[in-house]
Amino acid sequence: MSLWVDQYRPRALDDLHYHQGLSTCLKALAASGDFPHMLFYGPSGAGKKTRITCTLRQLFGPGVEKLKIDQRVFLTPSRRKVEVNLVQSNFHIEITPSEAGSYDRVVIQELLKEIAQTQQVDLNAKQRFKVVIINEADSLSRDAQAALRRTMEKYMSNMRIILCANSTSRLIAPIKSRCLLMRVAAPSREEMQSVMQYVSKRAGFDLPPEAGDKIIDDSGGNLRKAILVLEALKMQSPDLSGPLAIAKPDWETYCHKVADMIISEQSPARVMEVRQKLYELLSHCIPPTVILKTIAERVVDRVDEAIKTDIMHWAAIYEVRMRIGSKKIYHLEAWVVKVMSIYKHFFYDMDMSSFD
Amino acid sequence: MSFFKPQAQTPKAPPKHAVDPELQPWVEKYRPKTIDDVSAQEHTVAVLKKTLTSTNLPHMLFYGPPGTGKTSTILALARQLFGPENFRNRVLELNASDERGISIVREKIKNFARQTPRAQTVSSDGKEYPCPPYKIIILDEADSMTQDAQGALRRIMESYARITRFCLVCNYVTRIIEPLASRCSKFRFTSLDNQSSSSRLMHIATAEHIAVDPLVVETLISASSGDLRRAITYLQSASRLSSSTSPPTPITPRDVQEIAGVVPDDIINDFASVLGIDTDQAMSDTTPKPGFKGIRSAVKEIIREGYSASQVLSQLHDIVVLHPTLNAKQKSQCGLIFAEADKALCDGADEELWILEVGLHVSKAVS
Repeated sequence: MSLWVDQYRPRALDDLHYHQGLSTCLKALAASGDFPHMLFYGPSGAGKKTRITCTLRQLFGPGVEKLKIDQRVFLTPSRRKVEVNLVQSNFHIEITPSEAGSYDRVVIQELLKEIAQTQQVDLNAKQRFKVVIINEADSLSRDAQAALRRTMEKYMSNMRIILCANSTSRLIAPIKSRCLLMRVAAPSREEMQSVMQYVSKRAGFDLPPEAGDKIIDDSGGNLRKAILVLEALKMQSPDLSGPLAIAKPDWETYCHKVADMIISEQSPARVMEVRQKLYELLSHCIPPTVILKTIAERVVDRVDEAIKTDIMHWAAIYEVRMRIGSKKIYHLEAWVVKVMSIYKHFFYDMDMSSFD
Repeated sequence: MSFFKPQAQTPKAPPKHAVDPELQPWVEKYRPKTIDDVSAQEHTVAVLKKTLTSTNLPHMLFYGPPGTGKTSTILALARQLFGPENFRNRVLELNASDERGISIVREKIKNFARQTPRAQTVSSDGKEYPCPPYKIIILDEADSMTQDAQGALRRIMESYARITRFCLVCNYVTRIIEPLASRCSKFRFTSLDNQSSSSRLMHIATAEHIAVDPLVVETLISASSGDLRRAITYLQSASRLSSSTSPPTPITPRDVQEIAGVVPDDIINDFASVLGIDTDQAMSDTTPKPGFKGIRSAVKEIIREGYSASQVLSQLHDIVVLHPTLNAKQKSQCGLIFAEADKALCDGADEELWILEVGLHVSKAVS
């Protein structure tokens, strides 16, 4: 038994619930036989992947749903072996090159050339080309992106590339200019409501609109999260009426606890306690950026208007440093200390002014 | 023999099966065939034409922003020098998608460089080509070659100069090591002016039989900022989209903007007004300042819509810099934070945090 997210995922372009304009575009492109390279971008949970699989189905028919998982080993120039997982059907291959870390260039070069140089042998196939889906394209290294450039032009005849990314900022301009950009925005409240009503109807129960509203508030435009929450709630209380307690993920409450600790006391001893908690979070594989953002949001909600700007400013600065540096905890901690000092200064100054 | 002609004229296509011209990207289809076709770049073209008559070529280094015709120029020149038949064995084209470490330089490039050029074959299309007695190695995107690989080229370039000419093509001349750069004659390619881009775009549009409004061409040029390849790709995508709907609709400037990933003006203007920059002259100062909360929710909205941060920032930057009533100090303060944010985004920073950061700073600077 699969999750509702997968079970009720639309399979064809016609079944998609929102962004109808986009769907008609994709359908027309798939039918025209003149399919370009594409770049899907948008926030997570907006339906990028779903749209890509629907487009593939439109292009090649139901054969694309027969998937097999394959593991390939690539040899880097320095004789290191890199293992990469591939999901493939007869018509497409899906890779996540960021798995290979800094060796993603090798993976891109080898794999794409191999695919590009083989032709579709199945005469009954609807299209002459194969499709390569590259996930998390925004985490590709510069080298790997440069390697894509010419390949995309040269092997246009038997390969199309679909890139899937959260944002286009990190992609180099030559790649963007070679793709048809498809922006998949997060669904609006009404659209989310209608999708959730649809899912609950398919699952055989009625969703009270108030409960739906509450879930939407919590999900922040992420439809996948909304449906997961819906399923979890349904498991907890089958009738979905009355007050609903949407369980926050553990790490989120934990982050909030850290934020509260920062505000309630500013001392070296408290910094030590916070450090312990941060280590705990990091060791549970919560991405440091997420930790920083969650804590910052919470802190900002609870402090005076005057210092909000400063706190966000330093959060932004330390976030960049964290990316460039290698030890995440240093920068997280530095930010915590910075926030404490801003907070204390603010109150100290206030106290002094009241004495005058 | 006439059967082979069309194939011979597109030697870039894989020889096993020629690409259907219908499906070819227009960028490839309308690549200039002769160097006279190259848009703008009068100076470079004039110099190169002289070398065409004297058939003597120096080592060359082409540099300039993307989409200005560097690769097209050298390919067209090589084709005019050698003709389609000789082109294949006289020209070696390597680019960033090929492995170009030091080992390749030592083996592949060196081997090719030291071959004596093969005898000139008679060209099938009956034209006379100068076909000078040397080969050309084109190193496209040479700025992504490692320092070591570039170093290894130094000696090769000199010792085989009699029979091989190198042409390095790159965006940033500063990333080519000095010894290499000094061995080449440099050609700078400038960004295309609007006049020549628009005439080229119009030419393609008429050749493809699509009706294009002058307003659309203007949008194409402004969205692609001097990069002709980008403009042509946008044009192709737009025409694809518009012709695939039934009935075919004409291309509108808004289509082009959506394809180019440009954020619609009203969204940017709304965001700017939240930051306290009045884009609309009619708006009075009576509207309350939205403060931190307002800015944050505006940023969240932008992120939800999925627009890219760098695009939002560059458009916001245009508004601030060209704003009629802000004073110089305010503008320069804003400029500072834009620069900071751009660097951060290049380093892969979180988009939401940085748009927020820019928003807060700009609103502080203009208030």
